[in-house]
Amino acid sequence: AGTPLTDTVPAQVVPGADPSARQLCFAWGPAEVLVCETLFGRAGGSRSRYLSRCPSSSRSCGEGRAGAAAPALTGSVAGTGEGAPSSSCVFVVRRDQDIYIQTLRKLFNESHGIFMGLQRSEEELAGKSRKAQLVQVSKNYRSVIRACMEDMHQAAVSTRDPALQGQYSTQVSILSAMELIWNLCEILFVEAATAGPLLLRLLDWVRLHVCDVDSMVREVLSSESPSKHKLFWNVVDVFVLQGRMDEARHLLSKEASANPTSMNMCKILDDLMKKMPVPSLGNTQTLTELELKWQHWHEECQRYLQDGTFASNPHMESICKILLGDEDAILEKKELMTTWYHFLVTRLLYSHPTVKPMELRFYAQSSMDLFLGGESSPEPLDMILMAAFEFEMHQVIKECSIVLSNWWFVAHLTDLLDHCKLLQSHNLYFGSNMREFLLLEYASGLFSHHSLWQLGVDYFDHCPEYGRVYLELHIERIPLSTEQKALKVLRICEQRQMHEQVRSICKIMAMKALRNNRLGSALSWSIRAKDAAFATLISDRFLKDYCERGCFSDLDLIDNLGPSMLLSDRLTFLGKYREFHRLYGEKRFPEAARLLLTLMTAHIAPCSFWMTLLTDALPLLEQKEVIFSAEQTYELMRCLEDLTAGNPDKQKFQDDDVETTKVEMLRLALARNLARVIVKEGTVEGS
Amino acid sequence: QDNRISIWSAGDLGNAGLNGEYQGEPHLLCDIQHNGDVMDMQFLDQERIVVASSTGTVTIFRHHQNNQTLSANHRWEKAHYHVDQDTSCGGAACTGVVCNNPEIVTVGEDGRINLFRADQKDAVRIIDNADSSTLHAVTFLRTTEILTVNSIGQLKIWDLRQQRNEPSQIFSLAGDRVPLHCVDRHPNQQHIVATGGQDGMLSIWDIRQGTMPVSLLNAHEAEMWEVHFHPSDPDHLFTCSEDGSLWHWDTSTNVSEKPSFLHQGGRSTAYLSHSTINQSVVSAWLSNDPTKDRMEITNLIPNQTLSVNSLDVLGPCLVYGTDAEAIYVNRQLFA
Repeated sequence: AGTPLTDTVPAQVVPGADPSARQLCFAWGPAEVLVCETLFGRAGGSRSRYLSRCPSSSRSCGEGRAGAAAPALTGSVAGTGEGAPSSSCVFVVRRDQDIYIQTLRKLFNESHGIFMGLQRSEEELAGKSRKAQLVQVSKNYRSVIRACMEDMHQAAVSTRDPALQGQYSTQVSILSAMELIWNLCEILFVEAATAGPLLLRLLDWVRLHVCDVDSMVREVLSSESPSKHKLFWNVVDVFVLQGRMDEARHLLSKEASANPTSMNMCKILDDLMKKMPVPSLGNTQTLTELELKWQHWHEECQRYLQDGTFASNPHMESICKILLGDEDAILEKKELMTTWYHFLVTRLLYSHPTVKPMELRFYAQSSMDLFLGGESSPEPLDMILMAAFEFEMHQVIKECSIVLSNWWFVAHLTDLLDHCKLLQSHNLYFGSNMREFLLLEYASGLFSHHSLWQLGVDYFDHCPEYGRVYLELHIERIPLSTEQKALKVLRICEQRQMHEQVRSICKIMAMKALRNNRLGSALSWSIRAKDAAFATLISDRFLKDYCERGCFSDLDLIDNLGPSMLLSDRLTFLGKYREFHRLYGEKRFPEAARLLLTLMTAHIAPCSFWMTLLTDALPLLEQKEVIFSAEQTYELMRCLEDLTAGNPDKQKFQDDDVETTKVEMLRLALARNLARVIVKEGTVEGS
Repeated sequence: QDNRISIWSAGDLGNAGLNGEYQGEPHLLCDIQHNGDVMDMQFLDQERIVVASSTGTVTIFRHHQNNQTLSANHRWEKAHYHVDQDTSCGGAACTGVVCNNPEIVTVGEDGRINLFRADQKDAVRIIDNADSSTLHAVTFLRTTEILTVNSIGQLKIWDLRQQRNEPSQIFSLAGDRVPLHCVDRHPNQQHIVATGGQDGMLSIWDIRQGTMPVSLLNAHEAEMWEVHFHPSDPDHLFTCSEDGSLWHWDTSTNVSEKPSFLHQGGRSTAYLSHSTINQSVVSAWLSNDPTKDRMEITNLIPNQTLSVNSLDVLGPCLVYGTDAEAIYVNRQLFA
């Protein structure tokens, strides 16, 4: 059977980025390469044309596409440098294109759930219950693969695009191969079936996966008189080869009733089949008992054959030879078995049903040699299965990694094997073990996807050595197109105490908001990051707006700052300053005055704003009623002096008429206020 | 990105099996491409669905039941935008949509509130800069009043009859201005409003009195994305969160008489008596007697992993979607 696991990938040209027409430029990213055409043509270029058209699915153009999708026409003529203008595209070329196959998403999502369940499962369970649990996990993985296969098959059947259909069909074969390998690993490694049950499991495995004969079987069974069908004996052979004795016997009975002359032979064969000893799953018999019984039965079959009982019917004679485990007889039925591992299991069934796991390798190697017979060489799938039969787990994983285009399979399988405590810490050069290495690679691949990255986070979490570092690097590169996405990323960072990333992401979002004039959003982001510096920036923006326009924007925000006001001094000032305006508006002048003074004396106000504050004090000073006490007036005067004295060499300050006028007015108002208040305080009250 | 609006058939409601087990999987009836992330959606009527996009566009899709197709019926491009509507970039995500046929109200990251009518090409009313922060959700309080929640923890009432672009009332949480992400109003008693916050806290408000919530219930460990009162049985409330859980809050008083809720897998229940500010007792949600009224809270998800982004409930059916790209349908909510 042809396997899809060949590793030849045809060289492909990204349409629109034709190196024969123009020089390309590219840049490496964490998981992808950016490619685009430059304006520079090929000097002395020859007539260019496309090298090959690649199917649309393999060109994974991601974000960053700026122009139309029309491929560039490479109409350059020999000698000219520039050529025709090309479409302005930036191509994002990714290695891991499987992630973008829609039907595989189910595989990634469901297996993520199983993976998490496995990581969280109780380690305290020991022995049999733990093993049963691990086998269940393995079965879950396999059922997900099968479900995906089903979906992919449906997609292949229903699509009309031949290229897509080809792709889907290939995917189905790949998934089928993966399930085949996984199933074998489950039998040999996870369940570690012992001699006896091992054969039964292998029989199940073969029956499940060799389905090329299914249509033939169906055809024969559904015909009116099956025994007259030309493929009748083929189907009987199939049943015998797969150890499906009951079904074989059923067909034989049909032959017996249709053909009375052979009834005797059928009866004997039927009897032999019925009596054939098979390993049982329970503990009803020991291996030695089984071997004894089997030996007896084998001898009985031998006698019948040698007596020539079946001589008149070559079909039945060959069946009897198969029952005796005659390799040549079995090999004759090559087309019905289709694969060497079917041959292996049949051989074992009829010659060594009590085969031990460690003996498998010898039978496997010889089976493959006999079956292929030097005509064809083993394909990658065959090598992987052989490695499994030889119990070379690392070899299996290595071969799968090379052949498959995606890390999904090896990452999950290795993780499961690791939980079975089967992988010795096989340290790689840079210190992490194989399980972690594969999980890191797989998860990194997920991160290049716009939404599957969330799964990758959990995988990184379970890589103890480098997971965190990888996560830190990857999480900052997720494009934050909406606030909701940013919130999800932030939550992930916060849960893992990745403070640097939290600050960085909040800063990005806050800057975006600020640019869009969403001051409330910007503040909300800085509160989340507890970023005092940014809060100061936002407050300065507000204050600047106020100075320019004379009124506050976004009062709903400033009036309702609450405890977040304390995040930064500037923000506190903003809140308090707004409060001052409110108090003034409500004509609560003494309180307003007190607040104003506090703002200056407690150094909450930035120096640049003092002039504005003092100017705000003017109307209070000019009121009929005296508001500022003597103390307060002295304070104000001191502030004013500090302000003017502090800048003796500021030319602008002195030359600016408005400024000097203001200072003059203030001095006058302060002096007048002082005069009034001294008088007022000196007067005896309440007479 | 390939985002789609899909319509699924969740199987016959009438066919409950012997044990009320699930009767067949939901299957896809039809779908249509959607530009941008779907931020929110709601049925306008039996056939039309209004969808809010992360590109700032609001679209009405029509579901043709005779041939099971979806088509885009009407589209308001750039309903939400930053700075300048005419620039090509600068679309702001539309975060919430609510319908009251034929009126449609949308809110977005640009702090804008739009009022559309299903049959009119242009917006009926636009409140620019309604909020200086992002508006996360909107719902109708009365036919002429809407409630919005924003990312500085404020709940605002807007009276659409009035022409001024100011909210008629502003409520906010005491303490930290935790962003509010979702809001829902009690179906029968219009003064009771529930909101969910970024810290997973559920707040119940009585908007007739005070500017602060009546009760604060510590619920989820992460953002609460949606909160819904059960439309016909409002003693039940449902919330879903980024932490992957979906809580069912039950204040129906005779808790002991009701059979326990049987859901697939294990469940965790907790009894919580709320701490409330003194209120006159009308509804169980505003109750202040901790010994008498106990609330039963159940987590409906046995093996939680990724965020539950959205939920909806109608009759005995609950449907919710997770970040693991899975949709769950529970048709026997009160079995």
